[in-house]
Amino acid sequence: MFFTGFLRNIFSGGFEWSEFVRQCYEIGYRSFSLVGITSFIMGLVLILQLRPTMVSFGAESMLPTTLSVSFIREIGPVITAIICAGKIASSIGAELGSMKVTEQIDAMDVSGANPMQYLVVTRVLATSLMVPLLSIMGDVIGLIGGYVALNFTDKMSFALYFHKCIAALDFTDFLPALVKSVLFGFAIGFVGCYKGYNSNKGTESVGVAANSAVVTASLWIFFIDMVIVQISTILFYGK
Amino acid sequence: MEKEKDHIEKEDLKARGKGENVIEITDLQKSFGDKKVLTDINLVVKRGENLVVLGRSGEGKSVTIQCIVGMLIPDGGSVKVFGKEVPELNDKDLKALRTKIGFLFQSAALYDSMTVKENLEFPLTRVLKLKDQADIDKRVKEALEGVGLPDAGDKMPSDLSGGMRKRIGLARTLVVNPEIMLYDEPTTGLDPITSREISELILQVQKKYKTSSIIITHDMECAKITADHIVIMEDGVYIAEGSFEELQKSDNELVKSFFSDTL
Repeated sequence: MFFTGFLRNIFSGGFEWSEFVRQCYEIGYRSFSLVGITSFIMGLVLILQLRPTMVSFGAESMLPTTLSVSFIREIGPVITAIICAGKIASSIGAELGSMKVTEQIDAMDVSGANPMQYLVVTRVLATSLMVPLLSIMGDVIGLIGGYVALNFTDKMSFALYFHKCIAALDFTDFLPALVKSVLFGFAIGFVGCYKGYNSNKGTESVGVAANSAVVTASLWIFFIDMVIVQISTILFYGK
Repeated sequence: MEKEKDHIEKEDLKARGKGENVIEITDLQKSFGDKKVLTDINLVVKRGENLVVLGRSGEGKSVTIQCIVGMLIPDGGSVKVFGKEVPELNDKDLKALRTKIGFLFQSAALYDSMTVKENLEFPLTRVLKLKDQADIDKRVKEALEGVGLPDAGDKMPSDLSGGMRKRIGLARTLVVNPEIMLYDEPTTGLDPITSREISELILQVQKKYKTSSIIITHDMECAKITADHIVIMEDGVYIAEGSFEELQKSDNELVKSFFSDTL
């Protein structure tokens, strides 16, 4: 019901561009530092933990390759999405839940305006756009973190490091990662909106909506990840 | 959109006329689970009339007006607004009808992420689909002046007092020139002086905008100032009706208990 309402409103005209841009700013720009710091640390820690094992196999030169493949395919998109589920899905759930409790959604509805279009469509499309962008930026920053860690013990030029990172990747690494990031973004926005929009009328419902949005969105992220990995394995890796 | 506007205007012309019923409720029933909230409610609001519905909390007064705007679907009976059966309207017609009804919520329900000006612009740009910024600014200015807060445009709802929030909520509904106003507990939570100011504002709205109104309240001062006609609810049914002066003389114990402080 909620999903069909959402679909109907995407194509019903009168798209709320200004609210969409505002949501992109709130969701994307305001999450950038958190995603950036986390990704940098993840890249750095991965290199620090991988290095002893790789050195014991004499495969130290493979560190940039290993990091880039694991980060682009899996760690970058999933870490970004989980951070966004915690920050964005909870924020949307709480905001819409609070609007429900204080009758703001009802006020929009009885005025003849369209709260679904103004509140839900804009937020879901904004997360679907911004989470992949955050994920791409997170990937780049994570690789920079890896470069910093590598230079704690070894010396490698920035150009050589990134050449090794990029050379290890091809289209089949980027495409599934991008597709799942879009789906992660959609799940984060949709679950946040659904939980907030359908919360009960009571102050405790706001907390319940926010909490439930994070838990449900996180579960959806792992489920989507599992499905996309299976599909991409069949399509691209021949197994 | 133009066709929709023409349609609404034609309906408006048909509906106008002295003493004509703008809202007719017949045998309205509504339950929530096992709890029967409304039992065969009958109510008529004439054009230009202020009807006050009095009753204790939890008697279903708010449920009645929520049925009028289609927020709740009745279990039985008829709810007609401008001759149209509200529960039978499709989404498009319900939306068109709602543009003619202003609803002031108990909490005022201001959009707290927007400034006061943006709150007032919201129905103008989304409901009336106005594009001309000069026209929008003019209407917002008039509405703010109409509620006595001409300089509040740049304030956030969190910066406003309870009385100011009610005034801005009223301005937001009036900015689209509704024909019917539904007030849900307009003076609840306000001090006696502000309550009186809001009640007088409701009266001014009736005179200036020629609105027909239902005012849900248990504030006798508000009822005395605003009511052309009063109905009193008890256990989901109306037990008495009349003018303020008529009900003041009633022998019914519950009616007496409402009016005891006003004698």
